[in-house]
Amino acid sequence: MSENAKQLESLIGRGYQHGFVTEIDSDTVPPGLDEDVVRLISRKKQEPAFLTEWRLKALRHWLTMKEPHWAHVKIAPIDYQAISYYSAPRAKKDGPKSLAEVDPKLLATYEKLGVPLHERARLAGVAVDAVFDSVSVATTFKDRLAAAGVIFCPFSEAVRSHPHLIEQYLGSVVPPSDNFFATLNSAVFTDGSFVYVPKGVRCPMELSTYFRINAMNTGQFERTLIIADVGSYVSYLEGCSAPQRDENQLHAAVVELIALDDAYIKYSTVQNWYPGDANGVGGIYNFVTKRGECRGRKAHISWTQVETGSAITWKYPSCVLRGEGSIGEFYSVATVNNHQQADTGTKMIHIGKDTRSTIVSKGISAGHGQNTYRGLVKILPSAHGARNFTQCDSLLMGGQCGAHTFPYVEVKNPTATVEHEASTSKISEDQLFYCLARGISQEDAVNMIVSGFCKSVFKELPMEFAVEAQALLAVSLEGAVG
Amino acid sequence: MTAMLNINNLSVTVDGKQILKGLNLVVRAGEVHAIMGPNGSGKSTLAHVLAGRPGYEITSGSVSFEGLDLLKLAPEERARAGVFLGFQYPVEIPGVNNVYLLKAALNAARKQHGLQEVDAFEFLTLVRDKMKLMHIEDSFLSRGVNEGFSGGEKKRNEILQMLVLEPKLAILDETDSGLDIDALKVVAAGVNSLRSPARACVLVTHYQRLLEYVVPDFVHVLVRGRIARSGDRTLALELERRGYEWVAGEAA
Repeated sequence: MSENAKQLESLIGRGYQHGFVTEIDSDTVPPGLDEDVVRLISRKKQEPAFLTEWRLKALRHWLTMKEPHWAHVKIAPIDYQAISYYSAPRAKKDGPKSLAEVDPKLLATYEKLGVPLHERARLAGVAVDAVFDSVSVATTFKDRLAAAGVIFCPFSEAVRSHPHLIEQYLGSVVPPSDNFFATLNSAVFTDGSFVYVPKGVRCPMELSTYFRINAMNTGQFERTLIIADVGSYVSYLEGCSAPQRDENQLHAAVVELIALDDAYIKYSTVQNWYPGDANGVGGIYNFVTKRGECRGRKAHISWTQVETGSAITWKYPSCVLRGEGSIGEFYSVATVNNHQQADTGTKMIHIGKDTRSTIVSKGISAGHGQNTYRGLVKILPSAHGARNFTQCDSLLMGGQCGAHTFPYVEVKNPTATVEHEASTSKISEDQLFYCLARGISQEDAVNMIVSGFCKSVFKELPMEFAVEAQALLAVSLEGAVG
Repeated sequence: MTAMLNINNLSVTVDGKQILKGLNLVVRAGEVHAIMGPNGSGKSTLAHVLAGRPGYEITSGSVSFEGLDLLKLAPEERARAGVFLGFQYPVEIPGVNNVYLLKAALNAARKQHGLQEVDAFEFLTLVRDKMKLMHIEDSFLSRGVNEGFSGGEKKRNEILQMLVLEPKLAILDETDSGLDIDALKVVAAGVNSLRSPARACVLVTHYQRLLEYVVPDFVHVLVRGRIARSGDRTLALELERRGYEWVAGEAA
């Protein structure tokens, strides 16, 4: 066993494979946050007055808030005045209108990440709205989407071209006063994605955004808003990876989903930000607020996430099940290795009659990693016949990691049904030896066993994403068994 | 002919308890050896030590396999070199497809020998042939490894893996236990189909029942960590008649 453990230790020590930096001139404001900075951001984005005011209100509220510390993570103090809140790749005149106008170095970065926009996007039939630092630089497949009436564009563009939609829906699921990080985001968000799928339209392709943090000392504050109108369907993929850095970078995104009657939104995430080195130095702080509201009857929102990166992950993609018979789902794989910490889970808020929710969470802990599942299933008095099923499984590798489960259940309607299943296990030596005895390497064997453990989540991912997720899992767990 | 497997004076302890005590065994290519013996005599320990399972301390002796110092190799290296262990209790690996494990195993061995990896199509053609021989249905491929398998299915799966990997030396640890007579015949047919002058097989078994279908060239009786008696097939029949006490008494 100890021999095994040693081999595993050496495998765990493998470096982060997506660590590299692209040098691009950034248009960065000096560090610090006050009303002037917020006004500057709003001006740079040529925003209408209502949005500037909206941001300022959020900032004023944020200044009265305290950083939350209830999560099961240790956070080094963050100096919010040392962060630069705006950074944009230098635009040629009004910015690139096609890929040909995009900084070639930027495209090379995507290549290294395995995201050759022009090739892969077309081959896979995926429209990619690439967010590089804070400004979206390339958007593809617009025409095809436009023909279907789907709006898929950078958030800042939507602010200019569809201000009424922004005004109607922005902050309607995650209000600007929601929580410390969401409120900060509301004040300083720079860009993100906007999707609107009109009535009865099935979005003709998977929508995808690749995020990448690149400029030094720049917090990243995306804002994503997806609206699925009556009877529509959209599948949205979000994936990210970051260059190696020896300092902490704050990421506080907000994602809002709105599904009207009979609409279906499928939101998939593969998150692979720099997790810090083997000693826990550096890495991304990923403090994200994701929430969807099934606003209409029989609306359906499904979150699938594979979280392999970041030094600290703090996120709870949630569903507010307001519409009668609406459905919320949360499928999650969260892995921690080295000194990574994750406190993640979901909230299912049942308001409407006959609402249903499913939670499947797979937590994998290795090295000194700490993995927490935190979930809330809340059945309000109005939610007659509501049902929830929760399954929480934890897999431990090695003797120094931790898995924690905090499932909260609040039931205020006696007709509701709530089920909870949980398990914690180690990768068994028997399983491992069985694979070794078939000539499969230790590394491949662990990957195989872990993938098997995660299968019920991976099968929810779109095909290409599932493959990518499996690869990321392999990189982030390299070894680790106990 | 030189030996394929040469076990010389092998002593092994588990948690400080001596299980094998100076065991000697020579297996040549083309031979089938049966290792019999009472419970606790060290049969399974021998099988596991040869496959490289962790948790055993080798206190003396050596094992060479085709000129390699077997004990120096990691379990996966032994497998790729052509040593196969058929497990007495195959584990379940939930969520991992049989076909995936099998293909990974085959390709690991092929890579080792400088051969191209087989693609999915070639692999399926190859494996389906062997599945027929083992009376295994197609749906088996997409099921999790041993997940929810009956005892008989697990054992047939072990033999299927062996047929796909075509090892030089197969060590089958009580593959016959828990099988009804029909399953036993299927398993035996699988083992016999691999018999060739280039391969060898070590059958670890309690009962001589399997040996009616896979006829061994040699039978050894393991008692208290040593081979107490060796003979041909008739030794197994005599054991069946007289019981292990007979040999155990002589060895004492």
